[in-house]
Amino acid sequence: MSIDVSQFLDTFYEESFEGLDIMESELLELDVGAADQDSINTIFRAAHSIKGGSGTFGLNAVASFTHVLETLLDEMRDGKRNVTQPAVDLMLTSVDVLREMLNALKTGQDIDAEHAAEVQQQLERLLKGGEEPDNDVSGVDHTSLSDHPEVMVGSGWHIRFKPLSHLFKTGNDPVRLFEELSDLGTIQVKVNDSGLPSFADIDPEDCFLSWEIEYIGDADEAQIRDVFAWVDDDCELELTIIGGEQKATTVETVAVAPVAAPASKTTAPAAPAPVAKAAAVAAAQPKEAPPIAPPKTEEKSAVARKAAPPSTESGSIRVGIDKVDALINMVGELVITQSMLNQLGEDFTMDKVQRLQEGLAELEHHTRELQENVMRIRMLPISFAFNRFPRLVHDLSQKMGKNVELKLSGENTELDKTVMEKIGDPLVHLVRNALDHGIEKPEVRASLGKPAVATLHLNAYHQGGNIVIEISDDGAGLNTEKIKNKAIEKGLINAGDELSAEKVNELIFYPGFSTADQISDVSGRGVGMDVVKKNIKDLSGAIEVLSIPGKGSRFTIRLPLTLAILDGQLVRLGDQTYIVPLVSIIESLQIRKENVKSIASDSELYRLRDEYVPILRLHKVFNTKCDNKELINGLLVVVEGDGQLAGIFVDDLLGQQQVVIKSLESNFKRVDGLSGATILGDGTVALILDIPGLVKLSKERIKKRAAASAAA
Amino acid sequence: MNTVHRMDNEVLGMNGEGNQYLTFMLAGEEYGVDILRVQEIKGWDQVTPIPNTPAYIKGVINLRGTIVPIFDLRERFRLEAIAYGPTTVVIVLKIKGEKGERTMGIVVDAVSEVYNINEDALKAAPDFGQAISTDFVKGLATIDEKMIIVLDIDHLLNSSIVAEAGRLVRD
Amino acid sequence: MPTILAVDDSASMRQMVVFTLKGAGYTVVDAVDGVDALSKAKSNKVDLVITDVNMPNMDGISLIRELRALPNFRFTPMLMLTTESGSDKKAEGKAAGATGWIVKPFNPDQLLATIKKVLR
Repeated sequence: MSIDVSQFLDTFYEESFEGLDIMESELLELDVGAADQDSINTIFRAAHSIKGGSGTFGLNAVASFTHVLETLLDEMRDGKRNVTQPAVDLMLTSVDVLREMLNALKTGQDIDAEHAAEVQQQLERLLKGGEEPDNDVSGVDHTSLSDHPEVMVGSGWHIRFKPLSHLFKTGNDPVRLFEELSDLGTIQVKVNDSGLPSFADIDPEDCFLSWEIEYIGDADEAQIRDVFAWVDDDCELELTIIGGEQKATTVETVAVAPVAAPASKTTAPAAPAPVAKAAAVAAAQPKEAPPIAPPKTEEKSAVARKAAPPSTESGSIRVGIDKVDALINMVGELVITQSMLNQLGEDFTMDKVQRLQEGLAELEHHTRELQENVMRIRMLPISFAFNRFPRLVHDLSQKMGKNVELKLSGENTELDKTVMEKIGDPLVHLVRNALDHGIEKPEVRASLGKPAVATLHLNAYHQGGNIVIEISDDGAGLNTEKIKNKAIEKGLINAGDELSAEKVNELIFYPGFSTADQISDVSGRGVGMDVVKKNIKDLSGAIEVLSIPGKGSRFTIRLPLTLAILDGQLVRLGDQTYIVPLVSIIESLQIRKENVKSIASDSELYRLRDEYVPILRLHKVFNTKCDNKELINGLLVVVEGDGQLAGIFVDDLLGQQQVVIKSLESNFKRVDGLSGATILGDGTVALILDIPGLVKLSKERIKKRAAASAAA
Repeated sequence: MNTVHRMDNEVLGMNGEGNQYLTFMLAGEEYGVDILRVQEIKGWDQVTPIPNTPAYIKGVINLRGTIVPIFDLRERFRLEAIAYGPTTVVIVLKIKGEKGERTMGIVVDAVSEVYNINEDALKAAPDFGQAISTDFVKGLATIDEKMIIVLDIDHLLNSSIVAEAGRLVRD
Repeated sequence: MPTILAVDDSASMRQMVVFTLKGAGYTVVDAVDGVDALSKAKSNKVDLVITDVNMPNMDGISLIRELRALPNFRFTPMLMLTTESGSDKKAEGKAAGATGWIVKPFNPDQLLATIKKVLR
């Protein structure tokens, strides 16, 4: 039977990358000198898994590299080696090397063998320089062989095997051993029951017997001992050579069947399949000691290359068992409800109406729960995006001679996988910017009376239907003057323009804007904040910046949790139905005359407790028909968008329901004031309002009208 | 869903030279579109209007779960608008653009025929002095003494989306 | 066919082992760590246990020790999957009641050959 192990490679790559991420974050948190045992164990386990898998799946370059790393970690784990900063740094580099190797293998590219070899040598030097010299770094386990280096040749072996009484309790069985021996040659077994106690004293779970075995064949001592390897500590084992140099005469010449020795047990398990087969063939031929086939690296790397799958990025997602179990449970309940309804429908009479209604309510409940849980499958904690930053900040701050402490909070805040994948690059850009432009060098900080260690804080939390991600630093803040000058130079603003600091700061999001005096290799390579803003906008998100000169800056990113589903309030305007996201609704109310304040012809405010909320007449913003143009007794949906309240004036409130968001853009385009569309129960399309966009649209409209009336 | 009929290359029979074109009528003229781009032909049905878009964008429909915009070709060409009648149909087309393939529908007076038209037989369109920009015309073909205006639907519909859509055009 | 309990925290190794064993006709129950395995061992009739050594939550050696203490597992063969070249882990495993071990890396054929030794 031959199994193609390459089919497991995708899983192996996925878990290995995760393992490397874990190693990296644990390494970064290790306290040099007083390393936490659990952390070392975790790191070791990750390396260990990668080694085991890569060996099994024929990725030998990876296996060999990881072996050295694992040995180093093993010594640290056993307390034989101290955790030093150079060691940690080298291990971090090794993580990078492994990541590159695996990436190359995954995409079918060539491994940078030179670089890998260089780092591997560094690891080996570190190992040799340590308390445990002479480490086996070949990546192949062959200790059992080196225990018995001498090979004696004879016509066979006399074996005395006396198991200790507990043999059965290890799950071992002498018969199995004999059968295995008979695979190596011809055997004659004689049982010795002299150790058997009187019947009354026999404990059937104990072993009292011993055996004398005459083995005829060309297996050497190591091979024989290997058969007994599992019971080595559970028996007395004596081997005497038959024939050989002494030419023993005690055994009658038995017809020695031609023995085809199987692959040498000592080499085979350690070598991958092609090499093992070669060893087996070689072992079967000569009478002499079976040769130990040394691992042929060229051959193995060829296998590894062949095993690499074509570079197709198949998106997959790892889902916690608990989430899957919850789904299975729910589907189970759904099936029960459905069969209940089926039964009810088979002989339905009007007196069963109530049960029908209950059943339908149950069905609705289960369906909704199922939907929620299915959506949850796509949700991952933002730590997946945050995890790369400890390393990035560590490396960059070292490179730039800055002293930075990275604080992460809210890592468990969940968001949609798609959103997560797309937010990574903008976050990296913002963090790099903060390190490069925001945070000052220690001496500058000292002269300003600031703590020498700067703080960079990544924070995430849920707010309504959004996830908010903040990147804040206690650096210099944005240089308003510089930005202003640059903007004038670029013709974005006029020299005479009076702009608030806030407005000036927003200029950094304009295309082609960079204030870096000189282009460093960290940031300022032309990929500007405009790209960051665009990426975030593409996810229907928003970014804003708050900066206090000398104190630091904070970038706030707001993103929808998921791009797929939303709780909506259905409203009617004329003959159209629109969806207002429930999360943006503060309240819905009937307009009372005394609370309406009209400042200008087109600017109306509504007094809500002690606040004035601008009234947004949806039909005016959308240029559509409506039934009711009189505010009095009309309906107002008070919403919050972009930190601002607004009252949307509509004809009627319909029901609330969850809607599946459909893109308007995939076949059409983005439309201001709309975040998408959905399909209602009757198959018609309803548009989903984009509340922040709508508020903005309304403001622009009022401004335009004001300008028009001023001109007139 | 009142689908009139679906186009099927096998039914139509891919015999003869050149590409097959579906023709339709619009204000007395016959227009042609590459039949391979035709996804289906539907009767006119209620649409959901999109606010602040030009009048020729009638709105969007639900086409088996996706949102598809519908353009009125008469209005797009600034021809006189007429009431939709029993022959009015929506031709759902696959449009190629920068962002890949998109699905859009056009409202026309009626579907006409399917012709084999050899690309070589297409003549450059003279400037009609009409509303239809020659930009949107791939060429003219003459079949049975009739002139057929073969449209460049990619260019026509992609530009229709961009043109002024999404802005406050009137108040 | 005998039932084998296969325990490994690495998904790829687990997949390979399960695939190989199922392909050979065995019934397979798989578990992601010692704790998972222990609970599955209690609700399944198991003829052979194959476990990884290094695992979070409960490692393979502790698992073997726990299983041996269960009445149903007193004589059940239990194999460790180990990459440990040193004899420490093997000895530790043996002391806990392991029947034997399979040294990683191994290929599917080697795995089946070893299993046939204990399940024939």
